[in-house]
Amino acid sequence: MAVMHYIDAIRLAMEEEMTRDEDVFVLGEDVGYKGGVFTTTKGLLEKFGPERVLDTPLAESVIAGAAIGAAMYGLKPIAEMQYADFIFPATNQIISEAAKIRYRSASDWTCPVVIRAPIGGGVFGGLYHSQSVESVFFGTPGLKIVAPYTAYDAKGLLKAAVRDPDPVLYFEHKKCYRLVSGEVPEDDYIVPIGKANVLREGDDITVIGYSLPLHFAMQAAEDLEAEGISSHILDLRTLQPLDKEAILEAVRRTGKVLIVHEDNKTGGVGAEVAAIIAEELLYELDAPIMRLCGPDVPAMPIHAPGEKHFMLNREKLRDAMRQLALY
Amino acid sequence: MANTGTKRTFRHREVGLTDDEAVQMYATMLMARRYDERALLLQRAGKINFHISGIGQEAAQVAAAFALDRENDWFLPYYRDYGFVLAVGMTLRELMLSLFAKEEDPNSAGRQMPGHFGCKRLRIVTGSSPVTTQVPHAVGIAYALKLKRQPYVSFVTFGEGSSNQGDFHEGCNFAGVHKLPVIFMCENNQYAISVPISRQVAGRICDRAVGYGFPGVRVDGNDPLEVYKVVKEARERAVAGEGPTLIEAVMYRLSPHSTSDNDLAYRSKEEVEEHRAKDGLPRYRQYLIDCGLWNEELDRSLDANIRQMLDEATEYADKAPYPSPESIMHHVYAGDAEGGR
Repeated sequence: MAVMHYIDAIRLAMEEEMTRDEDVFVLGEDVGYKGGVFTTTKGLLEKFGPERVLDTPLAESVIAGAAIGAAMYGLKPIAEMQYADFIFPATNQIISEAAKIRYRSASDWTCPVVIRAPIGGGVFGGLYHSQSVESVFFGTPGLKIVAPYTAYDAKGLLKAAVRDPDPVLYFEHKKCYRLVSGEVPEDDYIVPIGKANVLREGDDITVIGYSLPLHFAMQAAEDLEAEGISSHILDLRTLQPLDKEAILEAVRRTGKVLIVHEDNKTGGVGAEVAAIIAEELLYELDAPIMRLCGPDVPAMPIHAPGEKHFMLNREKLRDAMRQLALY
Repeated sequence: MANTGTKRTFRHREVGLTDDEAVQMYATMLMARRYDERALLLQRAGKINFHISGIGQEAAQVAAAFALDRENDWFLPYYRDYGFVLAVGMTLRELMLSLFAKEEDPNSAGRQMPGHFGCKRLRIVTGSSPVTTQVPHAVGIAYALKLKRQPYVSFVTFGEGSSNQGDFHEGCNFAGVHKLPVIFMCENNQYAISVPISRQVAGRICDRAVGYGFPGVRVDGNDPLEVYKVVKEARERAVAGEGPTLIEAVMYRLSPHSTSDNDLAYRSKEEVEEHRAKDGLPRYRQYLIDCGLWNEELDRSLDANIRQMLDEATEYADKAPYPSPESIMHHVYAGDAEGGR
């Protein structure tokens, strides 16, 4: 089994799906001849030609809107937003159209589109190349939202998204592209949408999160192991629909839960996870639900001290996890 | 019944319509007009909640449909296009089911406002209320047609107010760059609810095509034969790989914006009456009479026929069951409605 970077797993998923099904095509800014600003689509144009790896005009609403039209026709478009920060011009197309096409036509029409967007900071991207936008779309019924952390899931979730009969937002963390690597089978597999995954088993505290912060949680769990603290870590993988059963099971195991994400705290996915736990398990908890998230500021600045202060890291996770364990 | 012996040249034959098609076009326009009038009446009588009218726009709508391949092209009509959807195969009963918001409505199973068309059987792509979102969809469908080497086009309509939306400009630009088989038809009815064209657009809508590298054509929307001609030419260009065309059909919205609008708050009765005199429907009827293809007796009989169909459709839709309350939980995602529709 090959060990590969997260970004290579994303590229492999697209290549495999485009080989498997000629109705799959990729469109977005700079995805063709350049191969994407992060090289995510590198090599696809040479293999599949410029019609199926389409460089579009710089206009996000029509990238999403044309993909939605092609999906209603019966194709399987993968539309790329160059940065999640630039998805907002397409929000009307995603929320008013993609999310409601099945519902408003009582399944006469469907919209099996995939929209990929790199989220997150830690790359000196400043305010507009670092945002986490999940919470904008989270809570919009009709959309599915995935956000992989491992390279294995990056491939498997993208392949599942392409085959899904409904619109899927695929949020990939740009810091994970080359920071995260792992074993990725080179054969055909999918990771089912809607299923969370236990990354690490433990008995003292539970950490629930998604995307990059789980990297720091895994490091912190190792540090705390030496201190005799055993951490149970759940990767949500799919943000919508949330795997409620897996959340409750993970919390039940330790009775103490820390929810982490880079998106800011207020109105984030973690707030819903906390509400689910409070509704179902309040009297089984041994400590108040704890959240560790990005601060409630509009976005992260480009200067190094500010970016570092915004981002989560191993130390912040270790401190929070220890605090919870000692409660 | 055609006046084949005469030496007069008939305009409809010049643009490629048979005598039968020319008459069919009229019958469809009249059907749309009568449907619209009935819907207004039903709203005033309290039988239904809301209607949005297309009166004054039927001539262009029906003519455009007749110029397309009604068996294979893809359609993205906007909310006043009753004439258009009737011309591509929607029935009066189906429109009435939508008006009454009943379960059997093929457009949305009673979920959407009337005028929000959608019917996969007829390749009428489901639409929404935020205006102009359908333009990028038409572009994406045209891209799919090109990718799959299909000799068909997508045809999309919108109002002149919509031509200010980003989605119009983004869609036109994308289609121009990739020379896509799509026809953009603006039904310029002079008003975006209450705001007149003079306060919506400083230039001419058809001229906007220049910036996107394809032809823009202005046509008298009250003249169905002219509309037929330009849509047919646009379709020929599209299937020949020559790219999109923007058509601005100039017309007038004779009705208020909707049944919730009092149009005399922003325009005068005299202005409306002036435009009623230019209404394309009676003018086209007169044309057919002048050609010897139509007469008062045929007209009375057609009208009676339509009235009967409308009575039946109204009664059917009125008596048809509503969707169950619980059905609002269905069709969020695939597989959540047992047994489908």
